Amino acid sequence: MIIKNKTIVEDGWCVLRLADGQEPDSVTVPSGPVIVPLAVWLAQRETLKARIDVGVWLASSERPEALGADDVAKLPVIAVDFPKFADGRGYTIAYLLRERSGFKGELRAIGDVLRDQLYYMQRVGFDAFAVRQDKDINDALKALSDFSENYQASVDQPQPLFRRVSRGAA
Amino acid sequence: MYRYDQFDHQIVAERVAQFRGQVERRLSGELTEDEFRILRLQNGLYMQIHAYMLRIAVPYGLLSAAQVRMFAHIARKYDRDYGHFTTRQNIQFNWIKLPDAPDILADLATVEMHAIQTSGNCIRNITCDEFAGVAQDEIVDPRPYAEILRQWSTFHPEFGFLPRKFKFSITGASDDRAAIAVHDIGLAVVKSDQGEVGFRVLVGGGLGRTPVIGTEICPFVPWQDVITYVESIVRVYNQYGRRDNMYKARIKILVKALGIEEFRRQVEADWQFTRGGPCTITPQELDRVTACFTAPAYESLTDIDIELDALQSDNKAFANWLQRNVKPHKVAGYASVVLSLKKTGIAPGDATSAQLDAAAELAERFSFGELRATHMQNLVLADVKQSDLFALWQAAKSLGLATPNIGLLTDIICCPGGDFCTLANARSIPLARAIAECFDDIDFLHDIGEIDLNISGCVNACAHHHIGHIGILGVDKDGEEWYQVSIGGAQGNDSSIGKVIGRSFSFGQIPEVLARLLTVYVENRYDDERFIDTVRRIGYEPFKTNVYATPVEDDKELAGIDYELLKVGVPYDMPYYSPRF
Repeated sequence: MIIKNKTIVEDGWCVLRLADGQEPDSVTVPSGPVIVPLAVWLAQRETLKARIDVGVWLASSERPEALGADDVAKLPVIAVDFPKFADGRGYTIAYLLRERSGFKGELRAIGDVLRDQLYYMQRVGFDAFAVRQDKDINDALKALSDFSENYQASVDQPQPLFRRVSRGAA
Repeated sequence: MYRYDQFDHQIVAERVAQFRGQVERRLSGELTEDEFRILRLQNGLYMQIHAYMLRIAVPYGLLSAAQVRMFAHIARKYDRDYGHFTTRQNIQFNWIKLPDAPDILADLATVEMHAIQTSGNCIRNITCDEFAGVAQDEIVDPRPYAEILRQWSTFHPEFGFLPRKFKFSITGASDDRAAIAVHDIGLAVVKSDQGEVGFRVLVGGGLGRTPVIGTEICPFVPWQDVITYVESIVRVYNQYGRRDNMYKARIKILVKALGIEEFRRQVEADWQFTRGGPCTITPQELDRVTACFTAPAYESLTDIDIELDALQSDNKAFANWLQRNVKPHKVAGYASVVLSLKKTGIAPGDATSAQLDAAAELAERFSFGELRATHMQNLVLADVKQSDLFALWQAAKSLGLATPNIGLLTDIICCPGGDFCTLANARSIPLARAIAECFDDIDFLHDIGEIDLNISGCVNACAHHHIGHIGILGVDKDGEEWYQVSIGGAQGNDSSIGKVIGRSFSFGQIPEVLARLLTVYVENRYDDERFIDTVRRIGYEPFKTNVYATPVEDDKELAGIDYELLKVGVPYDMPYYSPRF
């Protein structure tokens, strides 16, 4: 199960992670909806791009610009991996994919994805969350409504508070 | 000062509810300590040696009397009757029980305060010149910009998990009193020749393990663009700052590694996408926030030479206080007063609930109901009528808040150190006390004149020892506490990093070491030359030579601790020192 568009849904995708000894150019990408590592995508792009059920995931150390405009326009899902929840690079990766690359598909957080990070993740453009398996996804869902207002702009709200509302003369 | 509107109230209230839930989940075991630690740190809650410590944000150091009374209430109800003002203009309480923390935050929310982002790897409280709005050398009041940046940085979704903590400081005066050169981003509000307001931006300053003076990344960012510009700096840092080694994770290391030109190029490349966009500050927003910082209802007065009156009336104690604790004001007939939290025998920066209540009372009586906390760990009443100074002095004196030592040797900046902090290698509060007691002679202190003595209990440098004219750093050698002494550091416009004079000393040697340093100064100084200026003129060698010329006696009684206990690494079940335990 994952959270997608603020509801809990069945997850149709599996995530391919390379095991020791597997190489991006030679690993067999299974059939069926699969999210492959960026390196696999880049190595096998010519064959994979014919499929409509392949997505790509980025490690927190990888760059969103590694995906060209054509990829960004066509990929149904891009995932960003959080190797540990305190690694905050994924937030900027998500922001850049949405704001700079114009990615419109599903942007999914994978890895060490926990309840208390979901609110920020949602703000920077994630719309799907693969909450860590040992945590209660129903509880995690609640975090998406922790706050009802934000000061600064981000992907979810391109205007900062001061441009959106008439603020009280304090 | 800035007042919350419905949105500020709502955001803070939702934070309290969120944190209450997190604490409940921790207490029920649903959250592991590793998971909870990062959440509580983003609310300023540390686990220290004895208890949880809660650090409350004091945005740019500005406080209302009601807020200071709330500190007194927290001290009484949840703590051991005192609080500790920090070097980043915040206040912290040392004896907090975890289940109480959400209630404290709820109490704070009633006076428009919080503990958001006072720790953790995120953007921290933005510090500011404590004389903002009243200083004679002020070019532009920095507080509206500090408030606008506070709001921008509060719960910034992209920057909640940076490689490391991130500190801003801002000044609007020609004389930098906010130590902007040793912050991750230092902002100086400036006016261009055409009268436009903007910011000179420094980046990559910082203390800690690798002290660095910040580098100018841009000489002038127009005020409208400051959010987008600093956002680009933090974005570049979030992507490329090191995460493999926490000691190399601050932005200063990235700036050094890339070089300022390349770092600037990356920032500007990012900025091109946002410059002029929706995050550009509007004149309406600046006006709205600026309206909170208008001048109070000053009376039309003329300056009076109260110092001369004091001398003529032969009131030396009052004259000393006027000389050290009273600062000039831009409005005729007014002055700013520093309430010293550096009375000998008291931990630097500590205030009891009674003192906090009394300080609030003084603010209402003498200074339009406002106070400021300073990064030197004192309090300021910014708008006092000169004709009230004598009455204020008498009142402050009876409260123990009028020690005439501002800027002098005993106005020590001091971190909590080994008595409280899990990071410390050595005690700093007891050392500050020992030093204050050894040099507790007001005539001597006034003769020595301006000198910054900063004592940090570890390399994290919370007490800014690198930029003390004399800096003392606690170090650990085989489980024993030792102290490294440096000289020549300075804050302000002419910032410099101090240089270690040689091998370290024991606790009981430090007062004698200081005495030897001061002897060299007294023997070499020109008339009104400050210690730091003498160091700069004659160099380190004469100081070093004199300190190490003969063995320094170790006054073991001074240390007042059981060294055997330390050797076996027995932890600190009780603080070694505090007059209140």
